[in-house]
Amino acid sequence: MNAAPALNVFELPQALPLDSGQALDGAQIAYETYGELAADRSNAVLICHALTGDQYVASEHPVTGKPGWWERMVGPGKPIDTDRFYVICANVIGSCMGSTGPASTGPDGAPYAMRFPVITIRDMVRGLVALLDGLEIAQLHCVVGGSMGGMQALSLAANWPERAARVLVVASTARHSAQNIAFHEVGRQAIMADPAWGNGDYYASGASPDNGLAVARMAAHITYLSEEGLTEKFGRRLQDRSSKSFGFDADFQVESYLRYQGSGFTRRFDANSYLYITRAMDYFDLAEEHGGKLANAFAGSAARFCLVSFDTDWLYPTAESRHIVHALNAAGAKVSFVELTAPNGHDSFLLEHEQLDRVVRGFVD
Amino acid sequence: MKFYTPASTFGLRPDLAAIAKGVKPRSRVLDIGCGNGDLMDVLENDFSCDARGMELDAGLVEKCVARGLSVVQGDANADLADYPDGAFDYAILSQTLQTTSRPDLMLDQLLRVGRRAFVSFPNFAHWRTRKALVLGGRMPVTRALPVSWYETQNIHHVTVKDFRDLARAKGAVIERQWFFASSHAIAHFGANWRAEFAVFELSR
Repeated sequence: MNAAPALNVFELPQALPLDSGQALDGAQIAYETYGELAADRSNAVLICHALTGDQYVASEHPVTGKPGWWERMVGPGKPIDTDRFYVICANVIGSCMGSTGPASTGPDGAPYAMRFPVITIRDMVRGLVALLDGLEIAQLHCVVGGSMGGMQALSLAANWPERAARVLVVASTARHSAQNIAFHEVGRQAIMADPAWGNGDYYASGASPDNGLAVARMAAHITYLSEEGLTEKFGRRLQDRSSKSFGFDADFQVESYLRYQGSGFTRRFDANSYLYITRAMDYFDLAEEHGGKLANAFAGSAARFCLVSFDTDWLYPTAESRHIVHALNAAGAKVSFVELTAPNGHDSFLLEHEQLDRVVRGFVD
Repeated sequence: MKFYTPASTFGLRPDLAAIAKGVKPRSRVLDIGCGNGDLMDVLENDFSCDARGMELDAGLVEKCVARGLSVVQGDANADLADYPDGAFDYAILSQTLQTTSRPDLMLDQLLRVGRRAFVSFPNFAHWRTRKALVLGGRMPVTRALPVSWYETQNIHHVTVKDFRDLARAKGAVIERQWFFASSHAIAHFGANWRAEFAVFELSR
């Protein structure tokens, strides 16, 4: 992984208290902004990124040179219109694109590695709230998140209910299921089984557990797609050959695709960050934080909520969104919900989808 | 809140206009089968209500969300059970009762989640419907029921008398009722013959 220069960095003025009981001293949060903040500071939209996302929501990624991860949604005239809204997107605590994470230097001058405290989704959001304080934004016009970003949006709404007037949650969940945890555990074990991982102390060695991280990404990537989508995209087609090799090369296009996804990922992501962030997602259970009843999490919330799911998403299926809608209804919150039809599973929220664009534009407006 | 003449329909279908005017301003309302949100929009903007909707069609939900309305995609037959008791001052079911799998259970749910309910439906005993069936000998296709028997979503046709019987059997009180023919309100006299559409306000 290449270290990325982060342009906008917010130094937390105080130690960040964590759910584990520990605190993170001298933490910093790297963020990007788009558009202009209105004089009355009322037009801020916070976009929360997913597991392997970052703050470059609508600008070129400094490592890969690729366009922002949600450029089709965020920009001038786009559904989240930067001509009207001041869009903030910050790298979460624990990640590796400029915010404090396991690859950052600890108080003793060495990288934290596995000495980095285990964090939660709520800890990430606590960091984001500190950033909002620093930017002097008392209330967001809207908080938006897909996948893990949706968890952060829900956590913000539940724990800092006065900080967002609108909450838009796409393809997400209020808790990680056994299946979600299981897939993450496969990824973590792949990283930790890589000899180059070395109990996480690989930063000085020059080697990094790229093989393990690539396998983790490959396994996870399957969960982001649908069987229908994979079949349509690859079927049983062979990769650059007319017959099977009777070996273990990437004979099939789908194998080649996954290997490409895996290796590309290792260039931009830190393996330890992957361990920490997947752990945070696995620990996420919003109801548990609120006495076991999800409706309690939203009691008295004055925010408007909108939830969107995709019919082929088997990672966070529609039933999870409905579960949240049920709780919001029980709490008397204003909620909209729509299940959209899309062929590409969980990843659909990042892809071309006109109906999603209209829902987002309509809700954020 | 604005003021309107009694004849004002807010650009709504007559049964919806009757409901809009029947709802107390500033109340909490659930519109089941809210369609593109026309009634909700009037309730929120002209009557300062807190309106929520439920709609089966994702395309219509999207339109509602784009209008700033709070609408949940769902099937009232199953999903109404998720709402707490007495969560709303009014539950509204407009021209949807006859499409539900069990209208009797639907009525129970309406009066459970709402302290009062508005129900509107096409009256199958209207003279045009009777004439089409008696003289034509075929399932009626009329102005009020324009879809053929094999395509219609109306699986439980109901008459004004049937509805009154059901309300009585459920112990519901008919607070008010409105009848319409040719898009105009008509007198209650002979409603089961004369009304194309009926609207009832119920309480329990």
